[in-house]
Amino acid sequence: MANPDALAGAEGPLYVARKGVYPKKVDGTFRRLKWVIMAVTLAIYYGTPWIRWDRGPYAPDQAVLVDLANRRFYMFQIEIWPHEFYYVAGLLIMAGIGLFLVTSAVGRAWCGYACPQTVWTDLFQHVDRLIDGDRNAQIRLANGPWTAEKIGKRALKYGLYLAIAFWTGGAWIMYFADAPTLTREFWTGEAASVAYATVGVLTATTFVLGGFMREQVCIYMCPWPRIQTAMMDEKSLLVTYKDWRGEPRGSLKTALAHPGSVGDCVDCNQCVAVCPTGIDIRTGPQIGCITCALCIDACDKVMAQVGRPRGLIDYCALDDVAVERAGGTAQPVLKTLLRPRLMIYFGIWCAIGLAMLFTLGQRTRLDLAVQHERSPLYVQLSDGMIRNNYTLKLRNMEARPRKVAITVSGLPGAQLWTETGSRETARQRVEMTISPDSVTRVRLFIAAPAQGPARQDFTIATQGRDGDPRGDSDTIQFDRPEAQ
Amino acid sequence: MSDKSRIDEPTGTATVGHEWDGIEELNTPLPRWWLWTFYATIAWAAVYVVLFPAWPMVNSATRGVLEWSSRGDLKAELAAQDARRAPFAKAIAATPITDLPRKHELMEAAIQGGSAAFKVHCVQCHGAGGAGVVGAYPSLTDDDWLWGGDLAAIETTLTHGIRNPDHDETRLNMMPAFGKDGILDAAAINDLVSHVRVISRQEKPSASSARGAALFEANCVACHGPAGQGIRELGGPKLTDAVWLYGGSREAIARTIYAPRNGVMPRWNDKLDAVTIKMLSAYVHSLGGGEDAPAPVLTAQPKGEADNG
Repeated sequence: MANPDALAGAEGPLYVARKGVYPKKVDGTFRRLKWVIMAVTLAIYYGTPWIRWDRGPYAPDQAVLVDLANRRFYMFQIEIWPHEFYYVAGLLIMAGIGLFLVTSAVGRAWCGYACPQTVWTDLFQHVDRLIDGDRNAQIRLANGPWTAEKIGKRALKYGLYLAIAFWTGGAWIMYFADAPTLTREFWTGEAASVAYATVGVLTATTFVLGGFMREQVCIYMCPWPRIQTAMMDEKSLLVTYKDWRGEPRGSLKTALAHPGSVGDCVDCNQCVAVCPTGIDIRTGPQIGCITCALCIDACDKVMAQVGRPRGLIDYCALDDVAVERAGGTAQPVLKTLLRPRLMIYFGIWCAIGLAMLFTLGQRTRLDLAVQHERSPLYVQLSDGMIRNNYTLKLRNMEARPRKVAITVSGLPGAQLWTETGSRETARQRVEMTISPDSVTRVRLFIAAPAQGPARQDFTIATQGRDGDPRGDSDTIQFDRPEAQ
Repeated sequence: MSDKSRIDEPTGTATVGHEWDGIEELNTPLPRWWLWTFYATIAWAAVYVVLFPAWPMVNSATRGVLEWSSRGDLKAELAAQDARRAPFAKAIAATPITDLPRKHELMEAAIQGGSAAFKVHCVQCHGAGGAGVVGAYPSLTDDDWLWGGDLAAIETTLTHGIRNPDHDETRLNMMPAFGKDGILDAAAINDLVSHVRVISRQEKPSASSARGAALFEANCVACHGPAGQGIRELGGPKLTDAVWLYGGSREAIARTIYAPRNGVMPRWNDKLDAVTIKMLSAYVHSLGGGEDAPAPVLTAQPKGEADNG
């Protein structure tokens, strides 16, 4: 048996115990961008279920609703049935390719700005600052003894964490039922147990992942950082410390005493202090960097104070690093964005989106599926004709009752009737009203002359009789006794 | 054998202190969590033995204080199923069969229940789809009914059966064996067959059929009607249509006249309860040939008898 310590490899153990991260408050371009994105994403998440959308009396009026019980998915004017789930698959593929596109273009922008883990961690870190104060106060409090003040502050902070976590879990279930009704039922104890369980689980995960695990999730749990390293190339934007400009580090005093002996970095450590994942960007690109760009804001501020140009830490592609290190000028951003790889991703993304929009516009909302009853295959009628029985599944995907006509073609002399009719009322066509937003099963009897092939293909069609004549058809077989 | 525990240098692990010919064993006890899981399973086993059937005895096993058994589970499930069906059964029992079609939900339930009962009691003769067997058992799916095809007539047939020897209320008629009993000779039967083939539009009128018409007038009209259109009340089959229980060829008709089968259907009122019979009637009626169907929704045409043959 080898020494267990050897398993950890040359680079140390696979997991390092978490060190507290107490990011300092910062202001700047990217911080403001993060504020905006946070506000928008949180507003979308918490607010969407409450948007109303009138669909008439036969469908729910919630704009976005995943109705699992009735197997319907509503998104504004689009309604998706379970058999149309490929639209959801298409959306997921678009989301995947969209991530590829964004990653190739601007690196881990998803991680830095829009990922829920980032957004909620950011939110919780603002709570930290609100209750405990800024970085230094937080560190002091964390290392200090458990005084009454610390206990009070911790209780208040965790209470706020819990409130946010509960609200987050509570907002999730609103997507799966009518939000106002569910809210009332939730508080009166009438909601389904799965609603309480979901809220409980999501409250717990939000509380733990956002309040305590934070950057550990990104570093140890999330597969996306690892996948992203495969998606990125030399032209993807990275948050880069321009070491050729910054090194060797030295204080302002040294720079004044020995001009030219030190780089632009004054070693103020502000980039480390503001980092929400607690890394030092100056050691180079690393898995812990979610490219939130807060260190760029911090460094720009310091550079402005010491009168040096901004951008010692900045978004920069690997190719440009080489160019700038050699004293050249980086390519304009637009040029890196218009490279073939991104165009291909964007093209695929658009193609899937347009194809889905096109099929959404083309899909019929009246579906027909016909099944030939096989026991018996045919029935000899007393007047010499032959009857076959069929089961029709009429799927009305609109939120209104439909008047439809059922007709046959390719079967001369056919007479149709349903279980509510009879042979005497048989006609060339059958008309009926089918319920809104549901599948109606109809037993259709078709009688046809005995003269004809033993197996004859013909078509049963259905079409709207209420203004919208679009419909569906199905080809099926008519059986007769074999000729004697 | 030394009894000294020591630290093994290459691994840094303590030995258990035994040594056999220079071979020592490292002391690597089970992880605590594993051990406690193991103890927990032992404790659970003890509880389980008390609660559930566990020890095999000569004829059975210990019953356990919960008195649980898989048979008991099944019994409870069946009872629950019966309880779920009870309201429908009660409502069907209270509804005269002619009113059933007006109560759509009840009719649906009856048809479903009848479908299940049909698979148990009826498929042996009438087939899984109710198509019957030519030459033996009538089809229930066509529009030709010997004793009537409305719900009430079907219910009566099911309840009392046909030609049940031990039952007074059974539907009864008897076709004489014209050939076997020597009522008609072979030539007369041949002429009669010609006539029947003519009225069912399978042959052109001939001298033979003209002679047969006279024989028909003398022997058959009492049950089959003057034109051979059948008499429902007596169960006299219609001879003018395309549906033949025992076949419509010359040979088949001749055979029927020579020695009729006079098929028997068992009565069901001694085996099934009234609700099941009602449900079976609804199901048979729904197979496609049911007469006096519920008022058509899609047309204003008056509805009539379904034998337009």
